[in-house]
Amino acid sequence: MATQDTAGGRGPDSTGVETATHPLPERAACEQILARMQLIRRFEERAGEMYAKAKIGGFLHLCIGEEATIVGSEQAMRDSDYLLSTYREHGHALARGTSPGAVMAELFGKVDGCSGGRGGSMHLFDVERRLLGGYGIVGGNLPLAAGVALASDYEGTDDVTLCMFGDGATNQGTFGESMNLAALWKLPIVFMVVNNQFGMGTALERHSAVTDLSRKAAGYGVPGSRCDGMDVLDVERCVGAALEKARTDREPQLVEAVTYRYRGHSMADPEEYRTKDEVEDWRPRDPLTTFPARLVDEGVLSTEEVEQLDQQATKTVDEAVEFADRSPFPDLASLYDDIYVIGEQVRDPWWSTDSRSPDVHRGEQEREAGEVAQELAEAGAAHADETDPETRAARAQGEGG
Amino acid sequence: MATMRYREALNLALREEMQADERVFLMGEDVGVFQGAFKVTAGLLEEFGERRVRDTPISENTIVGMGVGAAMAGLRPIVELMTINFSLLALDQIVNSAASIRYMFGAQVKVPLVIRMPQGAGHQLGPTHSHSFEALYTHIPGLLVAVPTTAADAHGLLKAAIRDDNPVIFIEHETLYGRRGEVPDDQEPLRFGEAAVRREGGDVTIVGISRMAETALKAAETLSSEHGIEAEVIDPRTLRPLDLDTILTSVRKTNRAVIVEEGWPHGGVGANMSALIQEQAFDDLDAPVARVTGADIPMPYSKPLEQASFPHEEHVVQAARATLGEI
Repeated sequence: MATQDTAGGRGPDSTGVETATHPLPERAACEQILARMQLIRRFEERAGEMYAKAKIGGFLHLCIGEEATIVGSEQAMRDSDYLLSTYREHGHALARGTSPGAVMAELFGKVDGCSGGRGGSMHLFDVERRLLGGYGIVGGNLPLAAGVALASDYEGTDDVTLCMFGDGATNQGTFGESMNLAALWKLPIVFMVVNNQFGMGTALERHSAVTDLSRKAAGYGVPGSRCDGMDVLDVERCVGAALEKARTDREPQLVEAVTYRYRGHSMADPEEYRTKDEVEDWRPRDPLTTFPARLVDEGVLSTEEVEQLDQQATKTVDEAVEFADRSPFPDLASLYDDIYVIGEQVRDPWWSTDSRSPDVHRGEQEREAGEVAQELAEAGAAHADETDPETRAARAQGEGG
Repeated sequence: MATMRYREALNLALREEMQADERVFLMGEDVGVFQGAFKVTAGLLEEFGERRVRDTPISENTIVGMGVGAAMAGLRPIVELMTINFSLLALDQIVNSAASIRYMFGAQVKVPLVIRMPQGAGHQLGPTHSHSFEALYTHIPGLLVAVPTTAADAHGLLKAAIRDDNPVIFIEHETLYGRRGEVPDDQEPLRFGEAAVRREGGDVTIVGISRMAETALKAAETLSSEHGIEAEVIDPRTLRPLDLDTILTSVRKTNRAVIVEEGWPHGGVGANMSALIQEQAFDDLDAPVARVTGADIPMPYSKPLEQASFPHEEHVVQAARATLGEI
């Protein structure tokens, strides 16, 4: 059961994506693309190590193999465009320009994390760079992205929203609902399905009746196109064309990037649904191999220069880990902060129904609730140290989504 | 002071707030051309146009999600859902997105979204259109919850909900839409977290939620005229935040409390409220806190069965007398 229908069935040649060779951009752009892809790769490798060391809790979804899809789409975006992504979004934040230290600190649950330690790996956010979130619910970000695009349309800006999701999300109700509304209201949005061949552990042809996902929104009035998600230039070209179509013609687009993740769905994935041979079949397509090889072949960069860029990426990741290590955990007294915006429309003080401490008071006042409240918080937080490997393994077994 | 129906008071609040703030817009199923399933949005399409009054397809989860997204991007959307039962299709976006986004993203954005919807039994709409879910939404941190009963409260609380920067679940009641009431001229927004004392009395405190505030008031008149019992009737008006001060002050005076709600008993608003009362005012109570709730069943269609499924005046009278040891 574990390996049925996989051997040789889902190799890169089976996807039907045509590969084309696009001319390389100028040297500076090539360097930037390569540096970004290297940074994401090295960051993700290190994040995996940090997870094994229990520096990172919960689930950790790595995007190793998808760097060309991420960087290519980011290259095509304007700084003023919005990006909404999934729970596999560390690379999107890095490509968008969020500080690697702030991303690593978020994975560590530290106060300097890009979501203040509240969101974790699946919920990165950087409002300044218009990264409006990673989202943990499959398909949950499509309506949000359509709403952001509605706001752009409402206010008459020429910003476009790029909404990325996985192949599994195309089976959610929100996929059809959002496509229909975006087309009906002519919203400036590009939906981008990152087809990495699996919805968690279920292969594409076992979860979707239509496997050319670019066709899946046509019936809703959203035209689709496909690109080679392992070719950063093909992704940039395809997403760029879609963004301009959405920006200029107010015609939402669907782009399918056909790619492959070399790691499991999360760190808790034993990968019984595919063969090692299949993974190896995709290795020659690795954008971290093919793109620098081409730069060297065409004389844009030397092998040494490629290596120097890679070392710089490793150094940046080293510094990110140091930053995350140094950053403190959020203050326990901040537990109830920012659950509400306190404004004139609500009587102050008002009663919360949270009575963990002796007197009833609003959540935001928990920090002033006296020693008992603080002692209870500290007693609870002390359990944070109990995260031994066995407990982690047991928790990982419980993963369902 | 003008007399108007509850639905007209809501309509007035929508119109005033849309006139005052260009970022406020309305979307929902049949809110435009059809003028709203319960005619709350009558005339708004004509006044504000299709950009600001948007008929949507029947896609509740996505409508609410788009409202959240638009709110994150700086607009102030009002989403109308046709009944509260349909909001269950949007629970993902209400709980995982609307209520969580500000907190989980470290306060980088706010979600000034209002989700309006009616609830309640009485129109023989059966088990998928008649329920009362205020307890469900009160359960969720990050949301504010309003349950207005009168035309004035409907107007004042909706204005507050639209101006507030938090996601608000605004629960109207189907059988109250036609009720007339006085609305002060140029009424300012009411504040969330301020209960209304509808009737003063020293013998027993009756808290009525949503339409049950009306039922409680009728019961109080009967208690007075037929049993010589003077009940204090409190309409909390908002459940998150809850004005526990006003309830506790009353209970400390009467030493008895009855909570009346149309929703189900288990995990209900009354269950929560009675816990709060006994935690905060145990020594003041002369009787266990009583609850009068809807029957613990899906709402049946047949008229006698439906009427038997939610609290009426008689049930409240009986519960109040029981706290005084009369039954």
